[in-house]
Amino acid sequence: MQASTLLFIVIALAVFGYFSGYGRSLKVAKPLGSIRHLHSLPSYYGIQTAIWCALPALALLAIWQLFADTLIHSYLMAGLGELITDQADYNLTLNRIINVASGALPATGQSDYVVAAAAQLNSIAAIQKWALTILVLTLCSAGGLWSWRRIAADFRARAAVENVLQKFLLACASLAILTTLGIVMSVLFESIQFFQTVPVSEFVFGTSWSPQTAIRVDQIGSSGSFGAVPLFTGTLLISAIAMVVAVPVGLMSAIYLAEYASPKFRRSAKPLLEILAGVPTVVYGFFAALTVAPLIRDLGASFGLNVAAESALAAGSVMGIMIIPFISSLADDVITAVPQSMRDGSLAMGATKSETIRNVVIPAALPGIVGGILLAASRAIGETMIVVMAAGMAANLTANPLEAVTTVTVQIVTLLTGDQEFDSAKTLAAFALGLMLFIVTLGLNFLALRIVKKYREQYD
Amino acid sequence: MAINNDRPIPTQSVGAQFHDNARMSMRDVNIFYGDKQAIFDVSLDIGQNEVMAMIGPSGCGKSTFLRSLNRMNDTIEGCRVVGDIAMDGQDLYDSKLDVVELRARVGMVFQKPNPFPKSIYDNVAYGPKIHGLAESRVDLDEIVESSLRKASLWNEVKDRLHQPGTGLSGGQQQRLCIARAIAVNPEVILMDEPCSALDPIATAKIEELIEELSENFTIAIVTHSMQQAARVSHRTAYFHLGRLIEVNPTEQVFTMPEHELTEGYITGRFG
Ligand SMILES: Nc1ncnc2c1ncn2[C@@H]1O[C@H](COP(=O)(O)OP(=O)(O)O)[C@@H](O)[C@H]1O
Ligand SMILES: [Mg+2]
Repeated sequence: MQASTLLFIVIALAVFGYFSGYGRSLKVAKPLGSIRHLHSLPSYYGIQTAIWCALPALALLAIWQLFADTLIHSYLMAGLGELITDQADYNLTLNRIINVASGALPATGQSDYVVAAAAQLNSIAAIQKWALTILVLTLCSAGGLWSWRRIAADFRARAAVENVLQKFLLACASLAILTTLGIVMSVLFESIQFFQTVPVSEFVFGTSWSPQTAIRVDQIGSSGSFGAVPLFTGTLLISAIAMVVAVPVGLMSAIYLAEYASPKFRRSAKPLLEILAGVPTVVYGFFAALTVAPLIRDLGASFGLNVAAESALAAGSVMGIMIIPFISSLADDVITAVPQSMRDGSLAMGATKSETIRNVVIPAALPGIVGGILLAASRAIGETMIVVMAAGMAANLTANPLEAVTTVTVQIVTLLTGDQEFDSAKTLAAFALGLMLFIVTLGLNFLALRIVKKYREQYD
Repeated sequence: MAINNDRPIPTQSVGAQFHDNARMSMRDVNIFYGDKQAIFDVSLDIGQNEVMAMIGPSGCGKSTFLRSLNRMNDTIEGCRVVGDIAMDGQDLYDSKLDVVELRARVGMVFQKPNPFPKSIYDNVAYGPKIHGLAESRVDLDEIVESSLRKASLWNEVKDRLHQPGTGLSGGQQQRLCIARAIAVNPEVILMDEPCSALDPIATAKIEELIEELSENFTIAIVTHSMQQAARVSHRTAYFHLGRLIEVNPTEQVFTMPEHELTEGYITGRFG
């Protein structure tokens, strides 16, 4: 039976379990007088039965789906023994066997052992399907029956259901955490592999970025260099420009919206501002590349400056515009959340409105504002599209905003686009860059939390 | 005797509304929130170094009236004040008057303690700093200390001046707010139910403090506690539905009220 059919049957049985559990609890209650004498409401007995029906069976189904194929395949390949030695050959042969077994590849012309293995695979697959069906259905009915038989007036179904529910929620939370952990691990392992070919010190402190690897050993210019400093400085430069644009504008507009604007104006202006965050970054990208960059170049030329066609300034300023709403919207929220009593207190002391905002409102709202700024900063650091289009790919080590630079994210993209070998230093470098990015973002968040905690003020 | 609120209430207030040595004087004051009138034809004097208590059922306009004395109503959209309010003969609603300066002369303490999210020191130093009252750091230290002393808070906080004011207890916070208000050396202090968020012990402390402060300041205090009014004030004004019903020396108001509405309120028949 197909897994999907099986799933459907299990769910149907669980529904049946619910009603029979419900029914049995009513029957138990009858001689006692009313359902008041049951420990829990009938629906809890129903749910309890349904849970025991479905949960173990579904768990088995899931585990089986995850691991059965791998187990069967390694069993098959182990059967082939010394015929297959290295990894690439192993994968190739396995694929061939699977394709022959499914009929996607004609058996004629294949080696004998492949054909034999394919036949074996087919028979094992048939057996395991039946075994799965029988096991799942048995577990399903056994669980349901067991739970159904336990129903009695003093059985605490409500507590039991609560318990299962709690575990289920825990499982969901763990899943999210485990996924993150998995991503971190995979990035970490690939990075370690990278650092076996390129030393960490060269990667972190090297000032030349030219990620080439030789296809042939005797190739000219075969030795690439993986000094990531130009990428870090490029990222820093562009993010800094973006923050220089976004922080003042975002903060001021938030102050205006929260403190000065009429409620009507605020109601219409705020969503409009937030639209800025919804514009796809690729649109910002071509705006930066086709409008802003030439503008800056022409402007520079009129001052006698030599501005690159793709400059950090163009990318950074457009990126700044993009992240304005992150800052303004969040800052506006926290400024409005500052209690009116704070403002009254200051105004009653004879402070003017702007003194009140400067001395009382902003300090009170600071944690939230800093949070917004750091959120915007991590957004800026992770932004890719605008930089690809407007700042170029050249890994220049410079602090001059008029030159072309490149960023960590852009290099990750260029390293991984196109046909790649998965174990070349060039590809693995992307993981190392990813790791760096992750560490920086983590540090930024950590810092944000520390700041927020330090300045956290209770209002009452 | 049941009080029927539908019955027309006399426009004329009874009792001793006026004072020979008035610091603030209000004549025919009407206050509106948009179209809604909250205060009707109130005339009242508050004397030099007097403690004036304002009592009345909630919603009768005590806060509204109090806020008109330092123009805090300006911060509420749609609020309009008509009539004469003067302090030492100067019209408070004169267009040439500087509100900022007025509020430095007429301080205010609110119902809920609202210390700024700053250190105790900076809370008290806030007013002197923005008004440039201190020439030097030493001056400022002095002002902070004397204000905290006047607010009977110095001994409790002198070792923790640089810790946040929000970390104090409710009663201490309220005394901090009083210290903050007197740090700019105002002439009048307005208090809007300053003890309603405090426990009895903290309340007793504040009441004691009000008595001390009355030596140097003129105080107008809104309170919903009649015992408090009786304990701290010299005269008591009774408000009802936006009108000033009766003003008399406090003792008289609580022993022989002139007006039947006042009597009804203080004997607890309504309110
Ligand atoms: N900001 C405001 N906008 C509109 N009406 C208000 C406002 N503040 C108070 N009022 C109204 O004015 C009247 C007097 O209120 P208030 O002065 O707060 O009374 P009290 O302090 O005596 O309880 C009430 O009817 C109240 O609803
Ligand atoms: Mg009030």
